[in-house]
Amino acid sequence: MPLTTKHLLGLEGVTREDIQLILDTATTFREVLERPIKKVPTLKGKTVVNLFFENSTRTRISFELAQKRLSADTVNFSASQSSTKKGETLKDTVRNIEAMKVDMIVVRHESAGVPNFLTQISKANIINAGDGAHEHPTQGLLDMYSIREKYGKLEGLKVCIVGDITHSRVALSNIYGLKTMGAKVSVCGPASMIPWDIEKLGVKVFSRIDDAIAENDVLNVLRIQLERKAGASIPSIREYHNFFGITRERLEKHSKKPLILHPGPINRGVELSSEVADGPYQVILDQVTNGVAVRMAVLYLLGTMN
Amino acid sequence: MQIIIKNVNLINPQQKLNKKTDLLIESGIIIRIGDIDISGYSDAEVYDFNGKYCAPGFYDMHVHLREPGREDKETVISGCNAAAAGGFTGVAAMPNTTPAADNAETIRFVKEKAQNHLVDVDPVGAVTMERKGESLAPMLELSEAGAVAFSDDGTAVKSAGILRKAMEYTKMINGVILEHCEEESLAGGAMNESEVSTHLGLPSIPTIAEDLIVNRDIILAEYLDSRIHISHISSKNAVDMVRQAKKKGIKVTAEVAPHHFSLTDESVKGYDTNYKMNPPLRQQKDLDAMIEGLKDGTIDCIASDHAPHTIEEKEVEFIYAPNGIIGLETQLGLVLTELYHKKHLSLEQIVEKLSINPRKVLGLKVPIIKEGELANLSIFDADAEWTVDIKKFKSRSINSPYGGKKLKGKPVAVINKAKMFTNGEMKSI
Repeated sequence: MPLTTKHLLGLEGVTREDIQLILDTATTFREVLERPIKKVPTLKGKTVVNLFFENSTRTRISFELAQKRLSADTVNFSASQSSTKKGETLKDTVRNIEAMKVDMIVVRHESAGVPNFLTQISKANIINAGDGAHEHPTQGLLDMYSIREKYGKLEGLKVCIVGDITHSRVALSNIYGLKTMGAKVSVCGPASMIPWDIEKLGVKVFSRIDDAIAENDVLNVLRIQLERKAGASIPSIREYHNFFGITRERLEKHSKKPLILHPGPINRGVELSSEVADGPYQVILDQVTNGVAVRMAVLYLLGTMN
Repeated sequence: MQIIIKNVNLINPQQKLNKKTDLLIESGIIIRIGDIDISGYSDAEVYDFNGKYCAPGFYDMHVHLREPGREDKETVISGCNAAAAGGFTGVAAMPNTTPAADNAETIRFVKEKAQNHLVDVDPVGAVTMERKGESLAPMLELSEAGAVAFSDDGTAVKSAGILRKAMEYTKMINGVILEHCEEESLAGGAMNESEVSTHLGLPSIPTIAEDLIVNRDIILAEYLDSRIHISHISSKNAVDMVRQAKKKGIKVTAEVAPHHFSLTDESVKGYDTNYKMNPPLRQQKDLDAMIEGLKDGTIDCIASDHAPHTIEEKEVEFIYAPNGIIGLETQLGLVLTELYHKKHLSLEQIVEKLSINPRKVLGLKVPIIKEGELANLSIFDADAEWTVDIKKFKSRSINSPYGGKKLKGKPVAVINKAKMFTNGEMKSI
């Protein structure tokens, strides 16, 4: 059964069946990753370009490994070495790359909507690796995979996304994907980091982390992006940690401990204390491994459609 | 040269005029109004405009002609051609050119460029030097050179302090400041703040950015007993504030752009940069408030905020694209489609908002349709259905979201300064 979508621009509007198919396919690839030779010939002859206009180490490496393990030919393009600095438009950059005959483009960009724009100027399959504060669908999928791996299901689970929701691309992908799969989604963070009218997406808002811990099966804890705009939204990192940081003491107040996810990289001592980051309730490194499997699944399903 | 216009409906609420008749125009002057037997005028060019309307020439008080500085987007002449094709005989040109119109030389340059064109071009001078909001531009000198109003459009006048000085200063010439209302510390987003911006993950501009400056400016206008004109109003609260201020007798006027009474921020879904403008497209409640404001007179004028940009500037990432769309050639069609045919405004009210009020705000003579007067006329077909084709625009740019849209009502001809534009051609008459 093929996917019903040619591109993965976001998890909004992706059907339950498609998500199910990606997660199930990822399970197969997850097994491949445990083999001594972690490579399958599935995408032999396909060319994938990783078009990263924003710095990213782990997402790019994860995609690149996924592509290599599927035997695809991969090329990396990053903004620092790119022609955009020389004044070339995104449209020209993409058309040039496409003229070199590529099958798939994985794109990350600081502007929301760029993957969408690429579908209008390119014939390749487009995979969104993060656009502005919009979506990061493979992160959403790997989060769902990791939750399902632990709980055996997604339906009926309560998942809370914690942190700077306004500037997050992970939050929307989690919200759309998890809701489609029947989970109950909430967000928690300082009110200055909660986007306008988020409730209209069918999401509950917690303003106290203790309530979020008490009422949820999963906390997906976002990185406070010290290098980004977070600075203007909160008084200090110290205050954030004191009121929203997840610590062993906070978790121990509750008999039922939520599963802790984090998309990485972690600011230890800010959103998570070291004890929690390394503790028994987190699956942070599993997420990283699952990320490769999920991206293999997406690349495989989109790359073998025609 | 003589021109005879047969069977046209003259419409001008200021003259309480609404009748079907004929017009004889000679060398650009209205010679006769009434039944005309064409057999007596064998040399005259005759146009039978049966069923069409003829109003005092329409005037767009908010256009960006981009010259000097960005002639690749638009020139004074190409902008005037777009105005004529769109049914307008006059425009006010905004001062955010390069250099900014903060000096008499630039004001004169723009006027001179347009002097032989059918369309009247009235430059707007900057309020502050380089529109930076720090020191006043020489507004008396700009006025003497031909500036009809003052604006730092693109941004609001930076501080209440400098705006106060500017309002006091322009009072000497009964001048008016046209204000782009946007609080700087809340600006910088790419679309309206709503559940749609949350949904699209785009940085947003809240309506309160507009409301705060509208409020500031109304308070200043009241305190100083000065005039203020709110450009491209777009938020419901702002309309409410203008309505209340007018009731109190404060000298405030307002204009709205057609995109703010015909589109909402739902259109941004899809990330088409032709839906990116500032103020941004708002929500349905705001759109409804624009129509309410137009109906009850809170909003005096309709103006396009014609903002040409090149294809290469617009065909980029959404957050990098410049704000603005062109509007001169779709404005009349949108007004008739959205306001007249949907029974929100009468044709008389439309003539007020497109012809009479903009000139009154700017202190310009309002053309009248009378024997012996210069013929300054816009002739339009209120019922013709047509489809917007961006390839046919006279503007040098094509950044319009209305390509392919079906409209009901279109311009037929304009006459001004002894020139006539009709069927895509300009000629002296």
